[in-house]
Amino acid sequence: MGFWRNQLSGPTDPIADANWTQGESRKGFFTDTSICIGCKACEVACKEWNRVPARTDADGPAWQGSSYDNSGHLGANTWRHVAFIEQGPDQLARAKASGAVLLGMPKRTAEPTRLAEPVEAPAEPVGLPAVRWLMSSDVCKHCTHAGCLDVCPTGALFRSEYGTVVVQADVCNGCGYCVAACPFGVIERREKGVVEIGDGTQQPVPNGGVAQKCTLCYDRLRDGQTPACAQTCPTTSISFGDHSDMVAKARARLATLHEQGHTEARLYGANPDDGVGGTGSVFLLMDEPEAYGLPPDPVVTTRDLPRMFTLAGMAGTAMIGVALGVFAAFGRPS
Amino acid sequence: MTTSPFDADRPPKPPRDGRRRRRRAGRRGDPNATVPDAEFRSYYGRPIVKQAPWGHEIAYYLFLGGLAAGSGLVGAGAHLTGRPTLRRNARLGALASVGLGGVALIADLGRPERALNMMRTAKLTSPMSVGSWILAGFGTFAGAAAVLEVARPLLRDGVLGRVARVADPLASAGSAFFAPPLAAYTAVLLSDTATPLWHESHRELPFLFVSSGLGAGCGLSLVTTAASETAPVRALAAVAAASELVADHLLERRLGEEGQPLRQGHAHRYHAAARLLTAGGGVGALLSGRSRALGALAGAMLVAGSFCTRMAVFEAGQASASDPIYTVRPQRRRADAKAAAGQGATQPGGEWPTGRAREQAP
Repeated sequence: MGFWRNQLSGPTDPIADANWTQGESRKGFFTDTSICIGCKACEVACKEWNRVPARTDADGPAWQGSSYDNSGHLGANTWRHVAFIEQGPDQLARAKASGAVLLGMPKRTAEPTRLAEPVEAPAEPVGLPAVRWLMSSDVCKHCTHAGCLDVCPTGALFRSEYGTVVVQADVCNGCGYCVAACPFGVIERREKGVVEIGDGTQQPVPNGGVAQKCTLCYDRLRDGQTPACAQTCPTTSISFGDHSDMVAKARARLATLHEQGHTEARLYGANPDDGVGGTGSVFLLMDEPEAYGLPPDPVVTTRDLPRMFTLAGMAGTAMIGVALGVFAAFGRPS
Repeated sequence: MTTSPFDADRPPKPPRDGRRRRRRAGRRGDPNATVPDAEFRSYYGRPIVKQAPWGHEIAYYLFLGGLAAGSGLVGAGAHLTGRPTLRRNARLGALASVGLGGVALIADLGRPERALNMMRTAKLTSPMSVGSWILAGFGTFAGAAAVLEVARPLLRDGVLGRVARVADPLASAGSAFFAPPLAAYTAVLLSDTATPLWHESHRELPFLFVSSGLGAGCGLSLVTTAASETAPVRALAAVAAASELVADHLLERRLGEEGQPLRQGHAHRYHAAARLLTAGGGVGALLSGRSRALGALAGAMLVAGSFCTRMAVFEAGQASASDPIYTVRPQRRRADAKAAAGQGATQPGGEWPTGRAREQAP
């Protein structure tokens, strides 16, 4: 099972696992949601550069009626999605308390701040703002162990030399397995259809019927460029670079926020020991992941694949044994 | 945050902190409660994982693939024990169902014209790739077996006759070899997803699916074949139905609270029908004896029961993906346990590994 263990879960280097040897380093995003202003420039830049079609009826209603979020969720036609959440002081107090639990017992020698202790939320939130807005630009995580990549039956999804996960649209046959396998609900099959372009003429939707998601701007990376979203982000909430630098930056930012008393801050995807072996896109969140529509404990589904195949083998063996056994017991008709 | 004296006259606002959840009949909790359940939060009640973009064609395929596998085994058993009519009917049934199933699979692709791209790799981490090869293997042998049956009058003597005498047992052996993986891999296919109900079913689902496929195959043979040749099939049908009901029971017990999608909506109706039809079909097959009509009725019930089982599992899985509670609730439990141990996705984490291959690279 040694082969499986390295390939399916646990901390590993995906570039080496994919047998790339040319020495590119793993690239990734660090999305610092504490300084996101929700301007959606990343959504727009992504659509323009990657020629991602405008939203279609299949994407749901254009206006959600619940917040300033009008793209709703990541999908075939939304490769960057800005979440928008409005919270009162009780939610902030709760986020601070849950972040303090994550923090555990403070290890710093300096006297711990009042909020850094793992305590239950104060009954009456004191000194907290009446309202806070959480904005977060979500994107494909480019997992160390990518479920979509593992289950793709055609090889259309591949691990690039930058450690990212990219769809080859000319190979994908639209089976949709990756859509169900992604623990974050990122990748999606694009609906076929027609799209109206500027001069009023109609064209078929590019790559219709095929799985689509963020490529971490594979084409730009190959030319030494920064991905479109990170390039355009006006607040540097989205930064791009070597994955190791992004993780270091995220951890440094977390330490700064904790020192300022923001115990609600926490990282997401920076831990190589999590269920997907850590993610290529690292986030700093200001509340629990599920508040942003992120899974709180994502696990790559193929972690359990060896056990699934073993059980299926047992079931199949029982099936043929019982079937032929019953026939043999009855023997030839008299 | 009340600032206006008129606020008291406003209708109550829904909670707008990302914890909104759709309330449905059958969901636990007080529908009039103003405070949402503390442990479950989501982003405006929107799903986290995506539903598989699969239409009912996939559920039909789950059923037809199992039916083909069951028929293939019955055909091989009939061949082994000298039951020519049963062998012919089962072989034709296997080819028809595997053919229809293949058509259903291709029809559901986003790009059906690229169906053959399934064969451009063989990939152990993808149950669908493994399944494509199993399906191709089974289809080859089932096709050969069916051709041998249809062309049998032409293959009595001469060179062709000699070839047929060698090919006939090979076709049966090949069908029997590929039938169990064909029936079982679809369970792995569903379980190897982030769809909560399917993934959590991964221990029991293979047993449910092979039983269901075997029951369907036996059922089809009971419909098509006279009682004089189906004595072993009747016994086998009863065994398959019993094991399907046991697997189903164990599955429900395992899922517990997370199995709620099986107990509501379309999935519930299919599930209830599946249990009745399977139990009735199994008992009927056992008791039908020499009666052709009773045997055919029991067989039809088994086939219908298998269909309903697949529809129930399919629909329940899709429902579990569309409601974030089934994603968040178990994960939140795990995340809390991991946080207590200093692990999990929100921890800063330790050293990231770098591969040996790259360190050695020039």
